[in-house]
Amino acid sequence: MSNILEVKDLNITFDTFAGKVQAIRGVNFDLKKGETLAIVGESGSGKSVTTRSIMRLLSQNANIEKGEILFNGQDLVKKSEKDMQGIRGKEIAMIFQDPMTSLNPTTTIGKQVAEPLRIHQNMNKEEAHARALKLLELVGLPNAKNRMKQYPHQFSGGQRQRIVIAIALACSPEILIADEPTTALDVTIQAQILELMKQLQSKIDTSIIFITHDLGVVANVADRVAVMYAGKIVEVGTVDEIFYNPQHPYTWGLLASMPTLETEGSLYAIPGTPPDLLDPPKGDAFAPRNAYAMKIDTEYEPPMFKISDTHYAATWLLHEDAPAVEPPAEIKARQELFKKRYAEGHPVAEGGTV
Amino acid sequence: MADNREKILEVKHLKQYFNAGTKNEVRAVDDVSFDIYKGETFGLVGESGSGKSTTGRSIIRLYDPTDGEIDFEGTKVHNISGKKDMLQFRRDMQMIFQDPYASLNPKMKIRDIIAEGIDIHGLASSQAERNKRVNELLELVGLNPDHATRYPHEFSGGQRQRIGIARALAVKPKFIVADEPISALDVSIQAQVVNLLMELQKSQGLTFLFIAHDLSMVKYISDRIGVMNAGKLLELAPAEDVYNRPLHSYTESLLSAVPLPDPEYERSRRRTQYVPRQANGEEEKMREIVPGHFVYCRESEVEALKQKEAAYHK
Repeated sequence: MSNILEVKDLNITFDTFAGKVQAIRGVNFDLKKGETLAIVGESGSGKSVTTRSIMRLLSQNANIEKGEILFNGQDLVKKSEKDMQGIRGKEIAMIFQDPMTSLNPTTTIGKQVAEPLRIHQNMNKEEAHARALKLLELVGLPNAKNRMKQYPHQFSGGQRQRIVIAIALACSPEILIADEPTTALDVTIQAQILELMKQLQSKIDTSIIFITHDLGVVANVADRVAVMYAGKIVEVGTVDEIFYNPQHPYTWGLLASMPTLETEGSLYAIPGTPPDLLDPPKGDAFAPRNAYAMKIDTEYEPPMFKISDTHYAATWLLHEDAPAVEPPAEIKARQELFKKRYAEGHPVAEGGTV
Repeated sequence: MADNREKILEVKHLKQYFNAGTKNEVRAVDDVSFDIYKGETFGLVGESGSGKSTTGRSIIRLYDPTDGEIDFEGTKVHNISGKKDMLQFRRDMQMIFQDPYASLNPKMKIRDIIAEGIDIHGLASSQAERNKRVNELLELVGLNPDHATRYPHEFSGGQRQRIGIARALAVKPKFIVADEPISALDVSIQAQVVNLLMELQKSQGLTFLFIAHDLSMVKYISDRIGVMNAGKLLELAPAEDVYNRPLHSYTESLLSAVPLPDPEYERSRRRTQYVPRQANGEEEKMREIVPGHFVYCRESEVEALKQKEAAYHK
């Protein structure tokens, strides 16, 4: 499968009164045509900054220190603002977390959905209006024809997110970036929106970058998963590899700290808090919170070790000289399951990209 | 098991209407009854607008109910009058809020935030005792006593929530209403705060009303769970039963919408939709289907629900 997007050695800093915050510290990943890549991590891990840099929507005090963002072979980092305006909303579109604030409260939703069509596809008023109606029907807005004349405050949170999706998909973008699109919604509404996104993805063949911290949502939507910590991707793999054969202790911690319906006794909690990126620690940034940390973790940053063609993790535990360690019980159970399936020759990642 | 345990709180036919009597009337809580036993964690789940937070706020007397009563240790909460009794009630029942950013006064030092209750209730006789107590509380919730002189903006979300918990514990309450205390926190921090709450419950002998929409976390922390929708309590049972043997179709639809961190399960999960029934004149109320498991239903449905319950055990 061909890569539609390649991010190479991306480094981003923010100027603050306290100094330079090293928000993104060498991020590499690619996005394949038609796939959904989920990026997970805690607040401050850099997942939103990474995707905003793709859209070139970073704030004034942000600097892209080095790196390339190749979209269909052209480097977005070098694009002028004018060129970016032709790409944003047309070839790369974005859905934000809060459907309450991402719509214009003073404009009818019909106009808002028609806007990208008028700008990017030079449609006249009537054409754009007709197409906007189609889009609103497509995203399942009931009684779309009459409701086009209404304002955002007249819609519920789930309906607003449908409208935002209609706007994002208006020009059939090649990449859709969804930044926590369901975090503000109730579970039943979340389920509807996720179903809608999957349905639309198969219809218009968009690649999706899905940012979330909800691992349940990741398991539902993702083909591949990238786990971010302190401005770096620490593990990347197919959804089955990350959930059933995780290798990085941070991924272990994330998975074990979410109770499943069977969890009993004390919940596994990653101790401590993420590091201050004003002054990132030497070596592996996760080492101070890592029960499996070794001496080398405080000295040198681990490189990405290869586990399979699709699965990589940045932890010294994968080095050939590292001692064998016992992951938390829940993770071990997941890994056994993976081994069993693998041995039986089951497909490892149905719908994935192996 | 429930009968021989001591009730700490009884909610009887609680109705909380906003704009009552006008055309904008909102029946946020509509005839809800349940009991909470001493030492347990009672989870209240439901979607936004279901009335779960309103119920919690009525219990701690942030609202005056339209109808019904709330008994706390045998006293009618809304009949408490007189400064002394009200002070005692506020001491016994405390609240932990959802938003750790909005619930701490940004202009106050952590020490003064935590000690506010101690001051109001006169629980420390000297400055030294006050400081000692604050330091103890900070240690209890896993923070460094050196942090007492800092301001809220110097802390992360998880740390702030710990400060909110320390403030609630400062007056040695018996009952805590926790309204979505972990919803605003990151996954790894959620686990820390939940573990802390469970430890404190054991060591301090607390009773919790835990309000949340994250169903897997509610199941994990709660002994019994009530499911609310549109102002009504629809199902009430021990946590295990609500999750493994749901009887009300709303509970089933809610559970079927929760994504779990398991790709295999997610590929096969099918969501069921909840369609509220039309009223047919028959009285609907909470009925006990099997001991401890209540469902909001009609008399004519009880037999079918009993069979449904029995079928889960086959």
